[in-house]
Amino acid sequence: MIRVLPAFVIVPLATAFLLPAFGARGKAAATLLANLATIALAVLAVATIGQSGVYEVGNWSSRVGIVLVLDGLASLMLLAVNVVSAAAMLFSIRYMEQYTAKPKYLSLFLLMVAGMNGVVISGDIFNLFVFLEIASIASYALVGFGCEHEELEASFKYMVLGTIASSFILLGVALVYGNTGSLNMAYTARTIQGTGINAGLAFALSLFIVGFGLKAALVPFHAWLPDAHPSAPAPISAMLSGVLIKALGIYALARLIFNVFGVSIPVSWVLIALGVLSMVIGVFLAVGQWDFKRLLAYHSISQMGYVVLGIGLGALILAQGGDPLWASLALLGGLFHLVNHAVFKSLLFLASGSVEMATGTRQLKEMGGLVDRMPYTRAACTVASASIAGVPPFNGFWSKLILVIAAVQAGFFGLAAVTVVVSLVTLLSFLKVQRYVFLGELPESLRGTRENRGSMQAAMLLLAALCLLMSLLILVPSLRTTVLQPAVDVLIEGVRIIDN
Amino acid sequence: MLYALCFLLFMIGLYCAVVKKNLVKIVIGLAIMEYAVNLFLIMLGYRAGGTAPIVGRGDLQAGAERLTAHFLNRAVDPLPQALVLTAIVISLGSLALLISMCIRLYDKYGTFDITEIRRLRG
Repeated sequence: MIRVLPAFVIVPLATAFLLPAFGARGKAAATLLANLATIALAVLAVATIGQSGVYEVGNWSSRVGIVLVLDGLASLMLLAVNVVSAAAMLFSIRYMEQYTAKPKYLSLFLLMVAGMNGVVISGDIFNLFVFLEIASIASYALVGFGCEHEELEASFKYMVLGTIASSFILLGVALVYGNTGSLNMAYTARTIQGTGINAGLAFALSLFIVGFGLKAALVPFHAWLPDAHPSAPAPISAMLSGVLIKALGIYALARLIFNVFGVSIPVSWVLIALGVLSMVIGVFLAVGQWDFKRLLAYHSISQMGYVVLGIGLGALILAQGGDPLWASLALLGGLFHLVNHAVFKSLLFLASGSVEMATGTRQLKEMGGLVDRMPYTRAACTVASASIAGVPPFNGFWSKLILVIAAVQAGFFGLAAVTVVVSLVTLLSFLKVQRYVFLGELPESLRGTRENRGSMQAAMLLLAALCLLMSLLILVPSLRTTVLQPAVDVLIEGVRIIDN
Repeated sequence: MLYALCFLLFMIGLYCAVVKKNLVKIVIGLAIMEYAVNLFLIMLGYRAGGTAPIVGRGDLQAGAERLTAHFLNRAVDPLPQALVLTAIVISLGSLALLISMCIRLYDKYGTFDITEIRRLRG
């Protein structure tokens, strides 16, 4: 299994450079090829579950060469990235017919997938940066893909903040290299264990927190997200909100803090503060929005807060030397919410894209009564709304429940209360979506609205089924121990795990 | 000292990118930030009076131990140079995209002033 690990980068990268050669006439062939690539990657990602190991690129030993590392956390992220990208690609078959230059779109899409997969499996900090830039640059171009006023403006804003974040991260990488003399995560971690964190490394860590915080759009750094995510075409919004901010921001940050620098109390508090701020501010900004996709984008900020809160809480309990069981529960809640959010938020964005394609508007006030016109989109949107708001038995409920239990057990009653309140406000704002989009009076102008069939419907139903089925990941013990627990263990064991 | 100057250059770039109102000036600020980081990486591996980390035919005759000692004492660290090459290529890519985005923005809005390019709110 470990021998095919490079395929996660090579397959999308090679396909991406092949696709523009098809030109305008080979559009159908290009679409088919791109779909085959993403479906193959999703199957491959399922096959990585339970596997672990280190792949040495070009057979150079890990001391001098480049390594790719597969462990529980990496395979969980690969699963999230590739399943969501397969669904988004399926959705694009029909949705992207509205745009010109479809092969270019497919090519950028696959470049982004290659970058994200690379970030997840890379075993050294500099390659993590390189793959992060591949994914980011592809996503800048995709946000501006429509080339209209708003899209270009959002893309420019995103690009400026993204480039600043990248410079911060590269400066951090340089500082880590200067202070430890290596870039491989395992060796760097070992050196840091031996010497402790000096001023240079502490500065590098704070640069990483700001840089990856910008990429993950945590609250003081969130300004670009509500512009960029709604401006992209719907499948790309689904990819950006669903997996890009997680793979590039939260995954990378968690990997560096837990597995390279080691957890410490001040850093854990910073994470908790970022998480709570994102949760609360994100959700209150979301409630007042009347643009469908913009509302969803603010919810992404809020839901990312849950993930960071879970991870920060786990780090704090570990750093204080508390009961590892509760630390493990907090991390489980955070990571499970991460994959859940990947599924339900991409489903919500796909549903919003379906509504936008059918009605031609994103303004909630201009819609209404679409329940009979678009039954499948309505069903998918309802399932995803119930998930994000934490209504049982959908997946979002379980991860929020775990987070609340972990917070109570660790003695943070205030945090538990905030979690529940934010969840209620989320429910409120999605009731608003249901009320204005699908219920109420059908406006005269939307009488002729028709449901989008074919690939868009299939992609939405797939993700809606996943929203329900993913509850099993936590309820069935054997699934939990093979899929989620290894990812949690990687973080719990901290700097020891990537010792090879 | 040199590192501090390098960091100052980085902050100048950041200031320029954050404060300036002109799209092109913002791009210049971003470029300055990237140059500062590249300079910092190069300086990490620099050694005053060092030699190039290349093994020539004559060096091999001197024997492995002397060669290693020579390398440790004299040669500059080649790794940051490799990193900088990669970083330069990446920043070239993002710079080209930024500039082309500026051109498209100018086509649409007819201005480079960021305060006039405001269709998105909040």
